[in-house]
Amino acid sequence: MATRTNRAGLTKQQYRGAPSTLCQGCGHNSIASQIIAAAYELDIVPENIVKFSGIGCSSKSPTYFLSRSFGFNGLHGRMPSLATGALLADVSLKGMGVSGDGDTASIGMGQFKYVVRRNLDMVYIVENNGVYGLTKGQFSATAEKGLTLKKQGTNPYMPVDICMEAVIGGASFVARSFAGDPKQVKELLKAAIQHKGLAIIDIISPCVSFNNREGSYHSYSWGKAHETPIHDISFVPSREEIILKEAFEPGEIKDVTLHDGSHILLKKLDRDYDPTSRVDAIQILDENYRNNLLLTGLIYINPGQPTLADIHNLPDYALNRLTEKDLRPSPETLEAINAQMF
Amino acid sequence: MTTAQPSEKLALPEGVEPIINDFSITVGTVNGSGSQTSNTTLMRAIFKMGVPVEGKNLFPSNIQGLPTWFTIRVSKDGYLARREEHEIVVAMNPASFARDVADVLPGGVLFYDDSIRLAIGRDDITVYPMPVKKLAKASGAPSSLRNYVANMVYVGVLAQMLGIDLDKIRFALDFHFKGKEKPIALNMGVVEAAAQWAAENLEKKDPYMVAPMDKTEGYIMTDGNVAAALGSIYGGVQFVGWYPITPASSLAETLNEYLPKLRKDKDGKHTFAVVQAEDELAAIGMAIGAGWAGLRSMTSTSGPGVSLMTEFIGLAYAAEVPVVIWNVARVGPSTGLPTRTGQGDLTMLFFLGHGDTNNAILIPANPTEAFEFGWKAFDIAERLQAPVFVLSDLDLGMNQWMTKPFQYPDQPMDRGKILWEDDLETFAEKFKMEWGRYVDVDGDGIPYRTVPGNRHPRSAYFTRGTGHDDYARYSEDPENWEHLQNRIKQKFQVARELMPLPVVYETEGGAEIGLIGFGTTEDAILEARDQLMAAGIPTDFMRVRSLPCSHHLDDFVKNHKRVYVVELNRDGQLHQILTMHLPGQAEKMVSVAHIDGLPMTARWVREQIMAQEAK
Ligand SMILES: Cc1ncc(C[n+]2csc(CCOP(=O)(O)OP(=O)(O)O)c2C)c(N)n1
Ligand code: SF4
Ligand SMILES: [Mg+2]
Repeated sequence: MATRTNRAGLTKQQYRGAPSTLCQGCGHNSIASQIIAAAYELDIVPENIVKFSGIGCSSKSPTYFLSRSFGFNGLHGRMPSLATGALLADVSLKGMGVSGDGDTASIGMGQFKYVVRRNLDMVYIVENNGVYGLTKGQFSATAEKGLTLKKQGTNPYMPVDICMEAVIGGASFVARSFAGDPKQVKELLKAAIQHKGLAIIDIISPCVSFNNREGSYHSYSWGKAHETPIHDISFVPSREEIILKEAFEPGEIKDVTLHDGSHILLKKLDRDYDPTSRVDAIQILDENYRNNLLLTGLIYINPGQPTLADIHNLPDYALNRLTEKDLRPSPETLEAINAQMF
Repeated sequence: MTTAQPSEKLALPEGVEPIINDFSITVGTVNGSGSQTSNTTLMRAIFKMGVPVEGKNLFPSNIQGLPTWFTIRVSKDGYLARREEHEIVVAMNPASFARDVADVLPGGVLFYDDSIRLAIGRDDITVYPMPVKKLAKASGAPSSLRNYVANMVYVGVLAQMLGIDLDKIRFALDFHFKGKEKPIALNMGVVEAAAQWAAENLEKKDPYMVAPMDKTEGYIMTDGNVAAALGSIYGGVQFVGWYPITPASSLAETLNEYLPKLRKDKDGKHTFAVVQAEDELAAIGMAIGAGWAGLRSMTSTSGPGVSLMTEFIGLAYAAEVPVVIWNVARVGPSTGLPTRTGQGDLTMLFFLGHGDTNNAILIPANPTEAFEFGWKAFDIAERLQAPVFVLSDLDLGMNQWMTKPFQYPDQPMDRGKILWEDDLETFAEKFKMEWGRYVDVDGDGIPYRTVPGNRHPRSAYFTRGTGHDDYARYSEDPENWEHLQNRIKQKFQVARELMPLPVVYETEGGAEIGLIGFGTTEDAILEARDQLMAAGIPTDFMRVRSLPCSHHLDDFVKNHKRVYVVELNRDGQLHQILTMHLPGQAEKMVSVAHIDGLPMTARWVREQIMAQEAK
């Protein structure tokens, strides 16, 4: 039997990475699998993606997918800056950043807010488990108030809501999902990859070793019981005609067009939610936060926001392929400068 | 060569021998009062008269209000280091008046704002009061500009009393105001009125004069930050991540000024990006990301910024990422002496990182060299696949220097060992082995790299600080780690050959004593050498221009009986590095070091060496 390939002529195997060294059952592993699936299904050539991460169990995971993509496992909390410089080298490349809740919302809060502000063309995944996995179980910035963990005692502080921070910071794409809901993770990833600009996906990703206790906000059991998707989402790449699937009743569908003409179809569930309104996004996040609900889905999107490369007036060809003749101004220009000096 | 002739217009009193083109002027003003324009105008006018001149701005860390000084060294012999002695003092600030008066050398001259009603109490100097307020008011300048033009009064009075050409002053103002008629006319009006007033009311009693020469031909005046920025542009800089800090800010600001003019493509698109980051951690992170992805990438900062960048630079060293880091050094920690100069960051840069590190450092001494190292730094960084520092300082970065015009690069760009799609195809055939990111096929410790955007299916690799093997695979294997460390060390043996060689000044017939210095202390050391020679102590001088140390330096130390390592820091940091580098020669190397925040003087160097030699 011939192996199946996608439109890029690649097998799914060619999207995989090295075997994971994370714990069995770690939420981060299932996210890596969905990244592989999303890239495969979108027919992306792996060389067109560049992976970045900070430090943490989550940040280790870029080795476990897309081994044919370049990757840089950087510093704790500093993934965004590394990606910012690198992605300007060739604007046809798409960034795929993986971070943790500690990496993003504690040590990296500054760079997180700034990469949002700059709208770098990158998918920014936060694998959010409410703890520091790699350093063995300390509270992270997203741990809920009152959470009690072995050795750590009880967390006295209010948690940081990563999606809220992103929306307030002016992000152009903000979504939340749950590692235990692979279909939604995959659909959101596909939409995020097609989005031109920074796409934040906060994925609740239980840590089976240090924070998976019944009732903990970041546990599988809690996630399953409290997840309230705002939409059923379905991503349609631009090459496909948009055909409404049966489940989408006319009038219940919000069709969001992405930069390249592809669409995300959102099926409203319990309320008429408009993901293009920032005010609505803030309100729904706040409501769910107060009601102790895990809101998942596409929370906010603004497909037209200029990216960092647009802001800096960069060409669409790769800067890193320029040579001396493009980069070194002529001797005459230097003569003129010398003549202008006092 | 023309010798200076006293101007015919300046009649000296009977019996007074003129002192021409050989003195220092210090102007004491209030910070933020606009005196900078007046002082640079004076200095530029003297420069345009063909007389070697140098200005040092000794300013406080303050926007407005504190006392500030500007010293102008006028030297027919071309000595351009700071001097501690001032023949001529211009006192415009009541707060520093007593100190300014006391500072005038016996036989010197005091010009002062006559609204300062404080005792002068010296009869060994010439005193000229200036009706500053009156002349500023008479200029017709709006009251908001009156304090500012008040400083032009002393420009006019000094021009008249010292014989500085008013045409040259107009020329300097024209340059400063970029040809804008209105401010030029306003300022020039004050200068002329003040000169007129002085001609009518003051009688020349002192011997100091400026007379035209031809010794500035073939030189320009500029500062090291402008030079560094331009040098980087001619080195093809593509990415700059930076965060404002004195005294480095004007480097990135100059890049912002010139890059859009010099580096637009035919469609008006930029072939570069300058990003003002949220802090130094992000500035260097971006720069390293860009360097990793194949852009010519840099950042500019000062000591405290380098500290914040340390974790990232350590990673770039270990992960072998090219990036250029300019450190325009200031003094001490964040609140040390941020507006003063020193050479206190050498050790920090050399060893900066985690585990064992020796970084490559370029050390320019003047703007011409700052330009040259600006472009060279990229070649070296990409060749070594490593962070390269350029260590400047506030004196070089922010003061105006008389310097040779910028020289167009005399070598083609060296992009180092970088492989694109086609190169990967031929690699295996050429080297009889598979390409791997960290495989040392050439035996010089420097492997070949690929960068993102390379679409070859075997081009990608994973970069990490963690241990890895030659094929960039994760490894905690002890042998791999040791192999990696030793290979990286080997690259810096290559660096010893690659870096700019030291500059040597030899005494004819040879000398027993060797002086070693680096960077902006060159002028003071060269002047001290002449003074030592006059005192019967011949010396040779080597100015180190890079670390790690070149073989020439080893030979210089070996070939001299006594070696004084002269530097502007407390502990003698280059001396420490050299004693580690040449333990067998340690006994003959003597540290001559101090730090007070001011540029070094020849007198201090001479006195230190004489005292040591007298032992
Ligand atoms: C500068 C620095 N400080 C501290 C650490 C130690 N450290 C490694 S991972 C980590 C926390 C990771 O937590 P998170 O980002 O939530 O990732 P997780 O392991 O939970 O996926 C810390 C504190 C480090 N590597 N670098
Ligand atoms: S410690 Fe937690 S976060 Fe880390 S790999 Fe194990 S389960 Fe995942
Ligand atoms: Mg975590």
